Amino acid sequence: MSQEIICECGHKNPEGTILCEACGKPLQEDNPKQLLNMRYEGSARRSQTYNRTAIDKIWNYLSSVKVGVTLIILVLIAIAIGTIFPQNIYIPAGADPDTFYKDQYGVLGQIYKTLGFDNLYKSWWFIILIGLLGASIVVASLDRFFPLHRALKNQKVTRHERFMKKQRLFGTTPTTKGEEQLQKAEQALKEKKYKVSREKGALLAEKGRFSRWGPYVNHIGLMVVLIAAVLRFIPGMYVNETMWIREGETKALPGTHNEYYITNHKFILTTYNKQDPQYKQAIKENGSIVKSYQSDVTLFKPEGQSVLGATPKLKKLRDDQIKVNSPLEFAGYQVFQADYRLNELYKMNFTLTDQSEKKTFGKLSVNLYNPKENYDLGHGYKVKLTYYFPDFYFDDNGDPATKSDTPNNPAFIFDVTTPDKPKGETSFVAIKTNQAISKDNQYKLTFAGLDTRNVSGLIVKRDFTVWIFFVGAMIFLLGVVQGMYWQHRRIWLRKINGELWLSAHTNKNWHGIKKDIAYLTDSLGIPEPVDQLEQKVVTEERRKHS
Amino acid sequence: MSMVEISSMLLLIAFILYIFGTIVFTISVAGKKFKKNGEQTDGKGLGIAGFVITVIGFFSQVGYIFTRWKADGHFPISNLFEYTTFLSVMMILGFIIIYLIYRNNSIGMVALPIAVIVIAYASVFPREVEPLIPALQSNWLMIHVTTVSLGEGILTLSFVAGLVYLLRVIDQSKRSARTFWLEFVLLFLICAVGFALVSGIFQALGYSEKFQWVNEKGNTATLEYNVPAIAGPHDGKKLTDGFGPVFQAPSWMNGVNAPKKFNTVIWSVIGGLVIYGIIRLVLRGRRIGAVLNRIVMNVNPPLMDEISYRAVAIGFPVFTLGGIVFAAIWAQQAWSRFWGWDPKEVWALITFFFYAAYLHFRLSRGWEGEKSAWLSVIGFVIIMFNLIFVNLVIAGLHSYA
Repeated sequence: MSQEIICECGHKNPEGTILCEACGKPLQEDNPKQLLNMRYEGSARRSQTYNRTAIDKIWNYLSSVKVGVTLIILVLIAIAIGTIFPQNIYIPAGADPDTFYKDQYGVLGQIYKTLGFDNLYKSWWFIILIGLLGASIVVASLDRFFPLHRALKNQKVTRHERFMKKQRLFGTTPTTKGEEQLQKAEQALKEKKYKVSREKGALLAEKGRFSRWGPYVNHIGLMVVLIAAVLRFIPGMYVNETMWIREGETKALPGTHNEYYITNHKFILTTYNKQDPQYKQAIKENGSIVKSYQSDVTLFKPEGQSVLGATPKLKKLRDDQIKVNSPLEFAGYQVFQADYRLNELYKMNFTLTDQSEKKTFGKLSVNLYNPKENYDLGHGYKVKLTYYFPDFYFDDNGDPATKSDTPNNPAFIFDVTTPDKPKGETSFVAIKTNQAISKDNQYKLTFAGLDTRNVSGLIVKRDFTVWIFFVGAMIFLLGVVQGMYWQHRRIWLRKINGELWLSAHTNKNWHGIKKDIAYLTDSLGIPEPVDQLEQKVVTEERRKHS
Repeated sequence: MSMVEISSMLLLIAFILYIFGTIVFTISVAGKKFKKNGEQTDGKGLGIAGFVITVIGFFSQVGYIFTRWKADGHFPISNLFEYTTFLSVMMILGFIIIYLIYRNNSIGMVALPIAVIVIAYASVFPREVEPLIPALQSNWLMIHVTTVSLGEGILTLSFVAGLVYLLRVIDQSKRSARTFWLEFVLLFLICAVGFALVSGIFQALGYSEKFQWVNEKGNTATLEYNVPAIAGPHDGKKLTDGFGPVFQAPSWMNGVNAPKKFNTVIWSVIGGLVIYGIIRLVLRGRRIGAVLNRIVMNVNPPLMDEISYRAVAIGFPVFTLGGIVFAAIWAQQAWSRFWGWDPKEVWALITFFFYAAYLHFRLSRGWEGEKSAWLSVIGFVIIMFNLIFVNLVIAGLHSYA
């Protein structure tokens, strides 16, 4: 099906070739006034050659740089709009996203929400855009890499006259001692670290060809990053759990399948010293400034078979301090200090007194999370907790009840038995109330202070994709540096009809190659070649001004 | 003298040297033209003098960094004053790199005044020595921020070369959309001067005006304005004597101290317009672009195009390393996720995408030269947007700097 094009130099080029792979002769009609378009060496790209079937059309569409740039710009605009109002994940806790955007930002907010900008990065159209961008990266790279590779492999030392003439840098000098000059040129260019090859009457000096592969390397890196993003959706690759753990508590770490337990000994919040001579001024302006958030913890592993529901026997692994910027790390997991609550109610203390609160008969402390039922105060004084309402209120019938298990507003019904009242007295105790339920109570439970404790908010993470992202990013960066910090420079010399022709091409950094050429022409004693592009700009301006 | 005072003095020395350097570079570029009829000088000697002045200024700024580091007890990049100043150091470093490659004086003529403007802009932010909050206590602070700003500094040089290109090639003999937008870019730079000037004047006067308002955290707080209030806080109550407010800032401006910053922006624009007007009067009505066009007449446009492109080629990987990769590594450590779509993160990604688009645009025919130069201007606007407006309008995790 495909037709080969045989150039006058004898090289067989694939269908669609623009410049002969071997000698560079333009194989298609071209504008004699314009410089050669050296992109991809004028090689035969599939996208520029076939346009018949649907596959051709899709291929051509995705391989186009214009389409690629358009996709980049569309993604750019989308994510820029996505920062106008906060994303779903950043709206205040407890706000309803359905009403939040409209209430806060009016009609614009409502449009924002309707179009899915509130959860942009997970919206189907954004994912499709990214998918198209990924496909474009793959297709565009394949479309260019193989023909380019082939063309650079097949290039010959002797180049066609028209190829040389139409390079941006080109010059001729009359000469009588051609071979001798080529010998000298070879030496000079080798000093400049060029790889020099020679044929009869011609020379090719080349350097930094590997930089041509930079774009393909960096596109591979981008594909690895995109693959990592897709892998996140596979269960088990990515664990992300939050937990609240109070001081003194031991809990299984969520997401570890009960393979690890953690005890929170203490949560510590420290602030900078107000008297600190260095920071005094700033603290005065800003109020107090936090120095650190820290949870002192111990990590455990269960031993032996665990019985469902029961806390297993734990083996201590190590003590650690979790701070911001310094997570606890073990077995691929990371535990982060993410949040905290200070001074949560923990225990309520009471003193048993007579009604006048003058005589005391002992003390008791009620754990609000796990209250004991019986308290023996000694000498025959006993207290029994008969009812406990952690989050007390009066229900519709006017009876005491609890809203939740969290001790936001604890209330109790106590039975007190004493040597002189063996049948006991009943009283209702809540914050700021103390009512006798039985008649003629002689004793009273008097509030004697609270014990509080802090709560640490931790995040448990295990992310196998992090490394894939990282490797992808590194490949990308290496590819970009390879393509950007080095350039593919070539200098051609040829002896034609008593003249020495010099032309040169680089894919970037003309300043650099000009310096190399200046060194070459200096050592050969010939004039520097002309920059035909600069000349064109100058002539155009002259024409405009005259 | 305390360390803070020494550091401020070193910064001031650099500031003055850069103004001086600007003048020297301008003469070296324009001088070519002045002597056109007689013997042509290439301005080489003056150019080297300008470069030496710049290098001395750079070392003075390096001295500022180390003395401020000592005073801070941490690398000095933790608030807007320190970060913006650091950015100016990196711009100068970017200029030094480009100068060493290309030895081009016209780049210095534009790069130095931009550094001067950035320092002036930085100097009006609060300059107290501040301790680091827990999220910032990491070696990654230094690694991440230095790399990002070096990348941004080099990318700024792409804008500088692009601007010289535009000044050189845009036909100033008649008014056009191109001359308008070029003036607009210059006006934008002048507004930064306006900002520094207005803030500096009212700071020197000790101006103060207080409002009670509900801040971004939903708490009632006092907000102190140091310039007269054109835009007051949303539903704010004035507590002291003073000017205005003429109108209220919209409620969705909810960054830290957003209405105050918004008010400052308004003042910058007013100040910028006034200065621009004065310059136009002095130039007897001629466009600033037209005058600068005469000065840079001998500049080689393809070379400027190449420098602009080269700066992106060098700066893009540096920016990506610092602004995306290092940022992600640190975010993983501090916030437990390497990417969280925080506005500042998103704008770093936008910068990345933009320069990626720039590099791809250059593959298409016809996007070299002027179009490319306009793109480098947009790139600079995006970088400045991330520096100024993301902190101003959009609250996020980065709102401290």
